[in-house]
Formats: sequence, structure tokens, C-alpha cells
Amino acid sequence: MCLPFIWAQSSGGPLSVEPPAKISVRRGEAVEAAVLARLGKGFHTNSHTPSESYLIPLRLTWTGPLKVAGIDYPQPVMEKYAFSEKPLSVFTGDFTIRTRFEAPATAMSGPGMMSGKLRYQACNHDSCLPPKTVDIKLPVVIQ
Amino acid sequence: MLTRPAFVLAILLALSATGCNSTSSTTAQAANSKIKAEDQRKAAPEFALKDADGRTVRLSEYKGKVVLLNFWATWCGPCRLEMPWFVDFERTYKNDGFAVVGVSLDEDGWSAIKPFITEIGVNYRVLQGDDMAAEQYGGVESLPTTFIIDREGRIAATHVGLVSKNVFESEIQSLLGKQAGGLRFGVPAFHLGAE
Repeated sequence: MCLPFIWAQSSGGPLSVEPPAKISVRRGEAVEAAVLARLGKGFHTNSHTPSESYLIPLRLTWTGPLKVAGIDYPQPVMEKYAFSEKPLSVFTGDFTIRTRFEAPATAMSGPGMMSGKLRYQACNHDSCLPPKTVDIKLPVVIQ
Repeated sequence: MLTRPAFVLAILLALSATGCNSTSSTTAQAANSKIKAEDQRKAAPEFALKDADGRTVRLSEYKGKVVLLNFWATWCGPCRLEMPWFVDFERTYKNDGFAVVGVSLDEDGWSAIKPFITEIGVNYRVLQGDDMAAEQYGGVESLPTTFIIDREGRIAATHVGLVSKNVFESEIQSLLGKQAGGLRFGVPAFHLGAE
């Protein structure tokens, strides 16, 4: 039961997120932001499209002054584990999720903040961790 | 020359000297058993959790039985692989003083648990766990986590992560006083009989 000690260095879970760079966008226009997720060695998370219905998908959601036009997850990899009959659709290592935002024409200009939540459920080759959520802060400037 | 009763008694004494249970634990060790020596076992924490019928179940109800206490969740692949084994164990060893107790840590509760345990035909008691129960058992950060509890209510083995069916079965047999082949230890399977 020494694993929790190791995880404590990454906000209570094996996945951490690099703080995304500030974005600027004009009212009525679109902008893209990248979120870089880093998963600890030996772990995988279910992808956004898990291959089994019982698995919890990875999901990024946003709230804030910008409208989310779309989220592009990376291409999952199919990996076989000792506990699964078939290969599973997963993410491993470092991966980037891109979000396309639109600034409404009526948006207030000035600095603001988009709040993101990245929910994931990770496992290694023989055990799984409860689902966790990483909070993400994305500074924005609307012009 | 020993008489027959004396010969049988000598064998019994020899078994006793080497430790009858050491024979079964040799089998268990061969399969990576984690059974602790009796003087190193700690009492399994008491819990009071609800079963599918809303009845409160306490671990103390199982005193006198060997218990396989399994923390699991429906979204945990390794847990789903192990559970049919536990169904087998419950069926095979129930009449020997053994019970499996499953504690689900699903956040969605019975709406997630019931369909799955029905689907795989779980024949043992499943309880809905909570943070307190998980904390009492050392945090249970990783699933599956399984505790093998002896007849005195002490934790004899702890397994974090997927374990082979053979390891579990060796440990259960060891604590029940059974040999892998089904012979009992502790209580001799033969009697001295009349000469």
C-alpha cells in the first residue's frame, strides 16, 4: 500500500496537466487551446471512447466566457492487458487535447478565465484507481 | 517394532512437530501466498454496511468463518476478472466455514452494482462501501484490494491488485485447514481405530 505516497506528488492521481498558455481572441472569432496531459509510467486511462461499456471515459469540460465549439481528443491506442479479453482503447504517456473556443460577439472584452475539468479513470496492468478530476485554469483575453 | 496404534500416533506426533499447517502453507507459498504468521495478524476493522436489500451487515457476523473481503467497482477491469473466481470459491467452500464479502466502491451505488452482479451470477453478499470503510482498511486507493480474514477475525493476507486464482485458493485452503488436494489438515482424516 505504498502507491498513494507516490501519487501524492501529482495532485492525488497519476495524471497531471501542464498549465495551458494564455489565449487571446477577438469577439466573434475562434481560437484553439491545447491541454497537455502527462500520465505516470505504467498507467493508462480509458480514452474518450472506451471499448467496453462499463469503462469510464476520459472527458474534458469547460465553463467560462468562451463558447466551446469542439474538443479534439488524440487518437487512442489499443492495448491488451492481462485483465481484459480484448484490447482496450486507452491513452498512455503524454497526450494533448485541443479545444476550439469561440468568443461570442456580445462577450465583454477584457481578461477572464476558462475553468476546465478533466475527468479520467486510470489503471495499470493489474489494478485501477477511482475516477479523478483535474481542475484546469485557462487565462483568456477577449478583445 | 511399533504396534499399529503406536505407529499412527508416531506419525501424528511427527506431523505435529513439523507443523501440519506448514505442509499446506508450503503449497500456498509455492503459489505466492501472502498468509502472515498468526502472531503478525491484526484484527480486521469492524464495519456496518448495507446490502442490496438495505440490511446492515457487520463483519463481526462472520466471526468463526474464513472471509475473503474484496473491495471492487464495476468500472474496474481486474475486479471483473476476479469476481467469477469468488463465485466458485463461495460455492466450493461455503460449507467449510468460508464466505466471500464484496464491498463495492461505485459512486453510483446500487444502480451500477445490481445489473452487474446479476449478470455474472454473484452468489455471495455484496455491500455498498463508503469512504469510512475504505479508510478503515488502509485507504483502499487501488482496486481490487482483497483481505483474507481468518476465523478469529484477523487479517491473514492483503492483496492489492489482480492476484491469480491459485493464490487465493491456496490461502483459503490454508486457513480452512485443507490441503490443495482437498485433504484436511489440523483434524486428521483418519482415526486410530481398534487393533
